[in-house]
Amino acid sequence: MSAPGDFKIPERGPGFWQPKILGMVCNWCSYAGADLAGGGRIQYPPDVRIIRVMCTGRFDSLFVLKAFADGADGVLVSGCHFGDCHYLEGNYKGAKRMFMVKRLMKSIGLDDRRFRMTFVSASEGAKWASVITDVVKTINELGPSPLAKNNE
Amino acid sequence: MMVEKKKATTKKTETKKQETKKVAPVKQEAKKQQAAPAPAAEKAVAAPGATTKQDARIGVFICHCGTNIAGSMDIQAVQDYAKTIPNVAYVDNYKYMCSMPGQTVISKAVHENKLTGVVVAACTPRLHEPTFRNATKDAGLNPFRFEMANIRDQNSWVHMHDREGSTEKAKDAIRIAVAKAALLQDLYPKSVPVEKTAMVVGAGIGGMQAALDLAGAGIKTYLIESAPSIGGRMSQLDKTFPTLDCSQCILTPKMVDVGRSANIELMTYCEVDNVEGYIGNFEVTIRKKARGVMTPNEAEAKGISGGGCNGCGDCDAVCPVIKPNVFEVGMKPRKAIYINHPQVVPLIYTIDFTTCVKCGLCVTACGPEKRAIDLESKDELIKVKVGTAILATGYDIFPIEKKEEWGYKRYENVITSLEFERLICASGPTGGHLIRPSDGETPKRVAFVLCAGSRDNTGIGKPYCSRFCCMYSLKHAHQITEKIPGCIPYIFYMDIRSFGKAYEEFYYRIQDEGAKFIRGRVANILEDPKTKNLHVYADDTLLDRPVDMEVDIVVLAAAIQPAADTERTRRLFGVSCTGDGWLQEAHPKLNPCGTTTAGVFLAGVCQGPKDIPDTVASAEGAASAASIPIHMGQVELEPYFASCIEEKCAGCGMCVNLCPYSALSLVEKDGRTVMQVTEAKCKGCGTCGGFCPGGAIWMNHFATPQIVAQIDAFLLGGEQ
Repeated sequence: MSAPGDFKIPERGPGFWQPKILGMVCNWCSYAGADLAGGGRIQYPPDVRIIRVMCTGRFDSLFVLKAFADGADGVLVSGCHFGDCHYLEGNYKGAKRMFMVKRLMKSIGLDDRRFRMTFVSASEGAKWASVITDVVKTINELGPSPLAKNNE
Repeated sequence: MMVEKKKATTKKTETKKQETKKVAPVKQEAKKQQAAPAPAAEKAVAAPGATTKQDARIGVFICHCGTNIAGSMDIQAVQDYAKTIPNVAYVDNYKYMCSMPGQTVISKAVHENKLTGVVVAACTPRLHEPTFRNATKDAGLNPFRFEMANIRDQNSWVHMHDREGSTEKAKDAIRIAVAKAALLQDLYPKSVPVEKTAMVVGAGIGGMQAALDLAGAGIKTYLIESAPSIGGRMSQLDKTFPTLDCSQCILTPKMVDVGRSANIELMTYCEVDNVEGYIGNFEVTIRKKARGVMTPNEAEAKGISGGGCNGCGDCDAVCPVIKPNVFEVGMKPRKAIYINHPQVVPLIYTIDFTTCVKCGLCVTACGPEKRAIDLESKDELIKVKVGTAILATGYDIFPIEKKEEWGYKRYENVITSLEFERLICASGPTGGHLIRPSDGETPKRVAFVLCAGSRDNTGIGKPYCSRFCCMYSLKHAHQITEKIPGCIPYIFYMDIRSFGKAYEEFYYRIQDEGAKFIRGRVANILEDPKTKNLHVYADDTLLDRPVDMEVDIVVLAAAIQPAADTERTRRLFGVSCTGDGWLQEAHPKLNPCGTTTAGVFLAGVCQGPKDIPDTVASAEGAASAASIPIHMGQVELEPYFASCIEEKCAGCGMCVNLCPYSALSLVEKDGRTVMQVTEAKCKGCGTCGGFCPGGAIWMNHFATPQIVAQIDAFLLGGEQ
């Protein structure tokens, strides 16, 4: 796991590649954790775009696949820690689906490191920053998604 | 549900022309399907391809938040870009969008541009979604036609030095928000009645105060306490700082008030076993632990007239089992049938069944009239309905023996401040005479080690300040100079935090009384094996020299941590916690007593270290907050319910088992099986909607087409 602040603001000159990373987070834990990172002014790379829902249980595995089909280079799903779900067990059910997605990605030849499920609580602002830094680093190492090339 | 949705459509057609236009193509489709217009209209929107073909007119309002946002991104560039996003009919920016003039900008633009939805790009919806929903409502739109783009907490604040990166991120965030706003529907919150009772978990000073306030406001309150009697930590204290009030003198009258209040149902030796329901309608199962002793009321109910425990203590006298008294921190013996101290409320004995040998001597001693003791009593489960609940679960002392360098539990004369509190207390094991545990002598030199386990980043102790140790150690210093002439207190401190009203003055007073202050953290403590005296080693950071001080007793001002049962209780109530285990308030400044679970509030130390004045203040705050929904009589629930798109539902029933709230069921309708949602039970998590293989579940405000539109807007741009 990267430490918060362990990144450099890139030179966005010619040849610069901006990865497209989708973050899907739950309202109660990870979105709140991301807000807390903001309150603490913990800096992290700006590459992830966030969609908020009430619970990670809301995420259909098709949302992740849709994002990859649309050309996403990476997808992050983040929710509450197990046992801490605002809706008792939505995150277990969401996570189960997400692990299935990972298996599916492997079987279709898409690097499953492009997809990550993490657990960040409302009090873990610094962890959120680490997670984002780490995800961005991973996606930059992997480069553009093969599906993104097909779209062009 | 149907009625509400019909109402929604009527309102749409009546009030807004552009809305009618929007609904129009959808209606034709609905006619084709020959279904009821309202739900069908929503489902038609859900159909693929229909997402961008509507005449939504969205207004985008970009907030500078002073320089919080404007300082880190190019607002003009964001605004210019926003104008090019499909469906955007109006774009504006303002210094503080949440202010009165800012909200007026929204209202004016909605009217002048016939907007159908509002996007505010500003802080976080967790802070200002309610504000802007109200503004949207004031502008004549349904409040749920509002969507927020977070460009501050998750953008300008975390990309402060990356102007280009944050500007691009803001553009995307707005595009994503507009895509959703274009598909938002009118929604109407559901009002539910509120049960006119409340519950307080924990009967320390905080819980007692909260219960008294609620009871005083005319609300029936269940006060649940896991110990056999109420009073909590405060009942173990001798004096309180800085006024030196005797703790018992100010606490016991309150305990009596609690016991006497007609509106408080005191449930001691009880634990919360299960919680179901939601604000206004919590159904709480309470485990009444087997006490083995009946109260006069319970005896009466069993037909033993004039029976039950009257606290005479005859049983205590004959009980052969001797165990350490937990209330006296193990410094005094206790029988298997016991009360903590003579002033307990309620004055009822309790049998500790883990140690009781069931010899029956107590039953004989109690006699045939009272017949208070039942050695075969079992745990009972009691169900109560409450509208709101307050958690006041308090704290425990950090097990300071983990900091091995100070030798607690290894050296007899190293004690914790709670043990000191009992030793100096007139009702304590020594009758208020401070003695050395090793030989019973009166100490002449006492060292106080502050921040014992607090402000400790070694990973063994706690990183936070426990907040009241400085002040009670000053009080302890005063007590020994007062009680033992010639005894010198040596206070080893890092900083003296005397932050409260009249606290700093108290600090000066203790300095004048002759206490010695040494600024430095104690490195280690060694015992002289012959005298059992202790050598305290520290570095005096003001004089810059090492200290080796020989003392008779060392008192460790141990850190505090959440009470052992806090974790279990908070999970039952769905309250989150910080990394240290303290319960998480909804907002540290704007809502310090609330939690993210509507209807559950926090009082006292369970939220974070507090001294007694702060605990009582927070308890009164929590009581006030908890009484509001009860006095209003009803609350509005966010209308994020699931509903079934019956045409698509195959009746497989997978969703029924997924729902954690048993809100879904299968019903027969028009000759086939479909799912049905009980809205009162649905909390809107969407776990069913995320799974349904047929896409037959519609989640209000987080519908599949809305989320897919957001994904598409980010990855494909807005033009597809």
